[in-house]
Amino acid sequence: MTMQKLKVDVHHVTRVEGHGNIVVDVENGELKQCELQIVETPRFFEAMLRGRHYMDSSHITSRICGICAVGHATTSLRATEKALGVTPSEQTVLLRKLNFHGEILDSHILHVYMLVAPDFLGVGSVIPLAQSAPDVVLRALRMKKLSGDICATLSGRHTHPIAMTVGGFTHYPTNDQLYQLRERLDAVRADVEATVALIQTLRVPDFERDTEYIALHKEDEYCFIDGEIASTDGGTWPVERYREVTNETMVPHSSAKHTANQRQSYMVGALARFNVNHDKLHPKAQAAATALGLKAKCTNSYMNSVAQVVEIAHCIEESIEILDTLLERGVEPEEPAPATRLSGEGVGSCEVPRGILFHNYVIEEGVVVGANCVIPTGQNLANIEADMRSLVPSILDQPQEDITKALEMLVRAYDPCISCSAHMLDVEFV
Amino acid sequence: MSKPKVAFFEFTSCEGCQLTVVDSLQTNVELLDAIEIVQFREAMSEKGQDYQIAFIEGSCTRPSDEAVIKRIREQADIVVALGSCADLGGINAIRNYQDLDDVRHYVYGDKADWYETYPARPISAVVPVDAAIPGCPIDRNEFIAAVKEVLQGRMPQIPDYPLCIECKLKGNVCVYLRGKTCLGPITRAGCDAICPTYGDSCEGCRGMVSSPNFEYMRIVLEEHGLDFEEARAKMTMFLNYQMMELEQEAANDNAKA
Repeated sequence: MTMQKLKVDVHHVTRVEGHGNIVVDVENGELKQCELQIVETPRFFEAMLRGRHYMDSSHITSRICGICAVGHATTSLRATEKALGVTPSEQTVLLRKLNFHGEILDSHILHVYMLVAPDFLGVGSVIPLAQSAPDVVLRALRMKKLSGDICATLSGRHTHPIAMTVGGFTHYPTNDQLYQLRERLDAVRADVEATVALIQTLRVPDFERDTEYIALHKEDEYCFIDGEIASTDGGTWPVERYREVTNETMVPHSSAKHTANQRQSYMVGALARFNVNHDKLHPKAQAAATALGLKAKCTNSYMNSVAQVVEIAHCIEESIEILDTLLERGVEPEEPAPATRLSGEGVGSCEVPRGILFHNYVIEEGVVVGANCVIPTGQNLANIEADMRSLVPSILDQPQEDITKALEMLVRAYDPCISCSAHMLDVEFV
Repeated sequence: MSKPKVAFFEFTSCEGCQLTVVDSLQTNVELLDAIEIVQFREAMSEKGQDYQIAFIEGSCTRPSDEAVIKRIREQADIVVALGSCADLGGINAIRNYQDLDDVRHYVYGDKADWYETYPARPISAVVPVDAAIPGCPIDRNEFIAAVKEVLQGRMPQIPDYPLCIECKLKGNVCVYLRGKTCLGPITRAGCDAICPTYGDSCEGCRGMVSSPNFEYMRIVLEEHGLDFEEARAKMTMFLNYQMMELEQEAANDNAKA
């Protein structure tokens, strides 16, 4: 019998970054309320940047998020560099890309193994798995340590990176350190295969809802840094015109803003990147996608975690390629590229683990006077709610416990990063 | 003997310190044999309420979080502030010297009233705290060492000498000689001078030593080309709460005199 009355109130969803509540209210078989409430405290980073020297921006904004600190720092640096006419060297671009891959790997491994896998294995966290499946946990820890060590080698630490600065780096790895990373990445390929094999055994819930998928796009690579905004519904936008895509609005039940482009909502993140850029993936990552049954355009949001596994395969292979290039040319310490002016406006955009991120700064005489950050999780919130509204009526015949779990798993699949997103607003620069 | 029960909580923060806790287990898995983690929202679904040791990450930035923090204090025998936000107010306190109404409206426009907030405070401004592990983020080795101390019934000892000592021992060229400015002379050591080692300068994330000569620090910064506002900005990325307290004390002393 279909449930006529249902109240779900998950206070503080667990195994996600930040504080969110799921609230679903069904009366007489009709969905009255279906919200992902963001109850995280407002963070106010944009306001706090004002009056600060431009060199401080990346160090302050990396503190938006402990998980995607390198992503925020990189996006922040790109915004500042565009504002002040800074052109980083080829070496800087390569080192930044490798550092970025380290973070994508770290975040995806954390999410897939420690936050999502417990759902499929019927446990409350990764801790009991240390007893029941020690090889799986040790593999996860090994892969995660390597990812963190990539960032530590290049920028001192993953949370929060030190050596990244406007125009380049303040510290350089030795060729020996890079060679060691290369060896470990080669060895970890077996762990990637084992990860694909593990995820193949997990049954991802059946759920389809077509939506708009948005990601950065480049013609010649699977894009994480710079590029232009692209949509599966058609259309491309230079990142400077991000506001035409994000169209932020505020809702009372969330301290993070909602966004919409060509439909009521859109999705960003690994699945969106896969849907937009799948043909640019490394062949080994494409093989992993085939093995995992992931085909573009995939409209099952739960498959976001599977797309993350595909990206793990991609980033391992591309990291090895970058290291080969760096080892061949040799890393030479160099002064950061200089600013060519002290005033200007710039938009930086990167595909951080959870999706497309924008930082937009206005700088006057070296001081930040205006700032706006649009965070991936904020962009996903309206889409998560649309998924929930579509999902709930189709599972009302299930016990409440199962409905709650299905909703929690759905929210978790998006890998939300709530403390990041709880401070968003369209700001008019004066 | 049953294992001590440990819980992790977070208020206004990036959760990077708890992530560092997760990372510290990569090389110290045996810690899980010594303690029982009963609550760690970022990593697990279970929510046990019978903990003895509470680690709190993040600052208190709104009235409604005070009751939650007080409940944690009532339950736990030992409360440890985890990281700069909890220990010092940290980066959240930058906005304390800005006009709060302006800050709220800058970010949330005409909807500012929907979201409650007040100036950021360290956890010790709400309830007594037994120990702190400083840093943004915490140092994973210091965390492991601190947990071992607590398990042996001692409070972790955090260095109370300036970072410069550690930086010299490390053999780094002084940041000032590299043409940059640095808060090493007034900042607590204990991070192995990681920022100067990676070519940056100390931003003071571990807090000031117990008797900082911060007026002279300001003079040194000005001697190195920072004007008053720039020097103040330099000193308030992580230290604004402490700076404002010191300035208030000085103002009170002046008023008495």
